[in-house]
Amino acid sequence: MELFSLAIRSIFIDNMVFAYFLGMCSFLAVSKKVSTALGLGAAVIFVLTITVPLNWLLNEFILKEGALAFLGASFASIDLTFLRFIMFIAIIAAMVQLVEMVVEKFAPALYGALGIFLPLIAVNCAILGGSLFMAQRDYTLAEATVYGFGSGTGFFLAIVALAAIREKLKYSNVPNGLKGLGITMLITGLMGIAFMSFMGIDL
Amino acid sequence: MSTEVAEKEAAVKESEALLSKRRKKLITDPLVDDNPITIQVLGICSALAVTTQMQPTLVMALSVIFVMVMANLSISLLRNKIPTRVRIIVQLAVVASLVTLVNEVLKAFAYDMYKELSVFVGLIITNCIVMGRLEAYALGNKPYDSILDGFGSALGYSWIILTVAFFRELWGSGSLFGIPIFDGISSLVGPDFQLATNGLMVSPVGAFIILGLLIWVQRSKTGYVEH
Repeated sequence: MELFSLAIRSIFIDNMVFAYFLGMCSFLAVSKKVSTALGLGAAVIFVLTITVPLNWLLNEFILKEGALAFLGASFASIDLTFLRFIMFIAIIAAMVQLVEMVVEKFAPALYGALGIFLPLIAVNCAILGGSLFMAQRDYTLAEATVYGFGSGTGFFLAIVALAAIREKLKYSNVPNGLKGLGITMLITGLMGIAFMSFMGIDL
Repeated sequence: MSTEVAEKEAAVKESEALLSKRRKKLITDPLVDDNPITIQVLGICSALAVTTQMQPTLVMALSVIFVMVMANLSISLLRNKIPTRVRIIVQLAVVASLVTLVNEVLKAFAYDMYKELSVFVGLIITNCIVMGRLEAYALGNKPYDSILDGFGSALGYSWIILTVAFFRELWGSGSLFGIPIFDGISSLVGPDFQLATNGLMVSPVGAFIILGLLIWVQRSKTGYVEH
């Protein structure tokens, strides 16, 4: 039950995009068509669900203060927390490479559609942000997995919804200066207001 | 006539002035015409998250300036040594080390700020502006030019986030740098007068809308239209 409420919270209330602004670059760049948005969203869910638990293991057994105690008493006082950024980003970059190879092999059409954005997932703040929040909030392994999946799903929902709106927006008359990024930011703001209504839910 | 030409040639052969026209352009272009946030759509994530107040925004801006200048310098120095296939990993490693440095300095000397910015300093690693400039500029240009380019882009980023933070803090909390402005104005006008703050500005929604409007103003001025 705890896990379920964590999942709901990470999808709707603490939404990666609307509450923490994470992954905005690809959120804005890949949301022109629903089909590519679906692909990127799915890739983000997949990568987050894998990297957050992996980084949890890394953090718990290597980086945390006293985590190396299993090697012997002299290692008990070592604190490698400062290596967190480099280690997390290394794991993420490696996993993204793996996902890229798998997608290229089994779904060439999706690979073509995602193009440059698949390798760019490595520098998507939502992925690194997920791992950093996980470390900051002291989740357990099960919670970390659910959190990774939930926040990925939140990003998926947000980007698909925005892409659907932008497809309709092609037919409307937007002032020149607002075209593209400007109007997208305003729409995201309005969507954020809609998502704020979830904040009242107490889980 | 011929002496003039010879003189010109000599001038070209001499090293370029420390702040020649071309180099000034490296700094000024990203401020307005080629702004990383409003025109190139890079680095929006962290631009919005920390901008509820001026003070953390200023710290963030300074951190980004430091990281960008140093990263551009290091990658530019290494540019002939890095194999193309692994360049992304090398860039990530350089940026991550610099960000770790910033993080440790903040933790040691400004612990409150470190708590407040929390994960967002770490997220400079994945800030697209840093990676974008490394890819587009530092990999193919000399160190000094790269420093100027990084500095210019970081400044373009900084003034946008500071402007967003200015409006969000003023309208959302009625203060600037923590100094209450709205209360001061209210007490000047009279005892029954109270300027109201807008809670929406403190929430993420305010950031999106302010930035959207800022982009509108900026693009109408420069005449840039996205198709």
